[in-house]
Amino acid sequence: MEEALLRAVLFGTPLLLASLGALLGERSGVVNLGVEGIMALAALAAFAVALWASPPLGLLAGVGVGVLGGVFLGFFAVTLRANQFVAGLAVAALGLGASGLLGKRYEGVPLEHPLPEGGLALLALLLALGLHHLLYRTRFGLHLRSVGENPRAADLFGVSVDGVRYGALALGGGLIGLAGAYLSLAYRPSWTDGMTAGLGWVAVALVILAAWEPLRAVLGAYLFGLLFFLQFRLQGSLPIPSEAFAAMPYLLVILVLALSGRARAPKALGQPFERGR
Amino acid sequence: MRLELDPNPTPRKVLLAYALFLLLALLALGVLFLAYGVAPLRAYGLLLSPLTDPLGLAEVARRAVPLLLIGAGLALGFRVGFFNIGAEGQLLLGAVGATYAALFLPPGPWTPVLMFLFGGGLGALWAGLAAWLKVRFGASEILTTLMQNYLASSLVVYLVAGPWKGQMALGFLYTDRFPPEAQLPHLGETLVPWPTLLFGVAAAFLLQLLLSRTPLGFAWRVLGENPQAARYLGLKEGRLLLLAALTSGLLSGLAGVGEVAGIHLRLLEPAQISLGYGFTAILAAWLARGRPLGVLLTAPLLGLILAGADALKLALSMPFRVVDVASGLLLLALIGAEAVSRHRILWRR
Repeated sequence: MEEALLRAVLFGTPLLLASLGALLGERSGVVNLGVEGIMALAALAAFAVALWASPPLGLLAGVGVGVLGGVFLGFFAVTLRANQFVAGLAVAALGLGASGLLGKRYEGVPLEHPLPEGGLALLALLLALGLHHLLYRTRFGLHLRSVGENPRAADLFGVSVDGVRYGALALGGGLIGLAGAYLSLAYRPSWTDGMTAGLGWVAVALVILAAWEPLRAVLGAYLFGLLFFLQFRLQGSLPIPSEAFAAMPYLLVILVLALSGRARAPKALGQPFERGR
Repeated sequence: MRLELDPNPTPRKVLLAYALFLLLALLALGVLFLAYGVAPLRAYGLLLSPLTDPLGLAEVARRAVPLLLIGAGLALGFRVGFFNIGAEGQLLLGAVGATYAALFLPPGPWTPVLMFLFGGGLGALWAGLAAWLKVRFGASEILTTLMQNYLASSLVVYLVAGPWKGQMALGFLYTDRFPPEAQLPHLGETLVPWPTLLFGVAAAFLLQLLLSRTPLGFAWRVLGENPQAARYLGLKEGRLLLLAALTSGLLSGLAGVGEVAGIHLRLLEPAQISLGYGFTAILAAWLARGRPLGVLLTAPLLGLILAGADALKLALSMPFRVVDVASGLLLLALIGAEAVSRHRILWRR
């Protein structure tokens, strides 16, 4: 039982970090569908730097790549006001592709001194609490939420809509990068192509399940973690094919989407902001 | 400095914007090639090498067929406001449907018909499910169709590893070979199955006609451009959305039939059935700006990228992921160029 809970938390941690990252962008009104690609690239960068220098530096590199990924998406989604969904999909493809291309030489290389999973899991939990505080108790959080709900009003009050959105994407990107680094430095200290395995997409769905609340994202991520654990544990012991277990999280995401809808989404989600329109 | 809307950009500005962004994308691709350890010019040359001989051109055409079918349907989806990211899964289900008709129903002259019926039907059903979830529960189709890709992939793996595993497939994951009745004919000496090519071209023309010349097409366009207006006009939003989704899923399913019955002649692992056609077709549809007829041009163009990536893989043992890189960059260049040409930069606040 304790083992199940522990594994649930450890597996839920990258999901939690990535969905917190996506959540931050979405609260500011920008959908980030690039999560999967940013995470994959950050995992690779973290792993490469960890081999070349040290795992803590690798962690920093992962976060750095995540921040850059967020800003890169921001250039298209915020500055150029392009379609956020298409821009995000393109970033996802680019990140996945680039990591697969550049990471080939790291395939099968072991990492000698992995980072402690437990420590990072605790950090993720603290970050969730911190994010809740940031959103509801700070000036930046107030600006962020108002930009996501009503950018025109925020603009009239002198808040820089673009600036806040860039901030949210960069900060969120950092969290997504941390999720990638956790995968390649702690959870499975190695690198393989496609090691993010759809976690980024599940994270995007988790934001909806969590109704755009950081603390609910904690529960949701651990719930998914538990499901993944059960999937591994029950495989072979029940007369159900393993593919059915592999498909379970995705099925669950669909169910969750159907049950929760998009009723509580930030009002300006997905809409580019044009001043004076 | 800030941006302001430019309602009437000059053609020169539009051209410049596209040239600039495509150049940037090529540069970025070159940097990645360099980082991988290949001289960029050599890699570009290999990427374009399928254009230089008939065999290469046939490869381009082979890749273009599924892109044409899927892309035409996705273009319709974009116009109606149904963002189908799940063509990959719909293609896989089409392949499953075709395999069932080919291997588990009595063979005969009717076999191809049954394959297209089952394959297209399953593809349509798969897309229709996402549309129903959107209409009934407000679930984002971008995410549901995406998740359905993973489900479809699991189903195919389960089938080829379990109940449908071939008698002759010792340790490999595929079904038995399709009987002769279930094998689609090819165009001349190539590997291009002409029935699906024909379907693709017909779909592009028909959907374009439907969109621009019929009341249904008008309703679809209104719904896509202004859902509120559609509600005022009393259009049946749910039914229109569902119909577009079914059409798009049907075409993706047909593409899946073409791949297994025209090329591989058996059901195999998902990654071998599709080279990411579902995602690449999003590009084809986006490039065509949501015009089904435009896909006739963009599908071969993207077919070239897929065939070129194959050449890179063979010559330099480069991972096939290079396709994702190229399509991602191309997509970003296009939306970037479009955005820049629609805006004016003001250098004062």
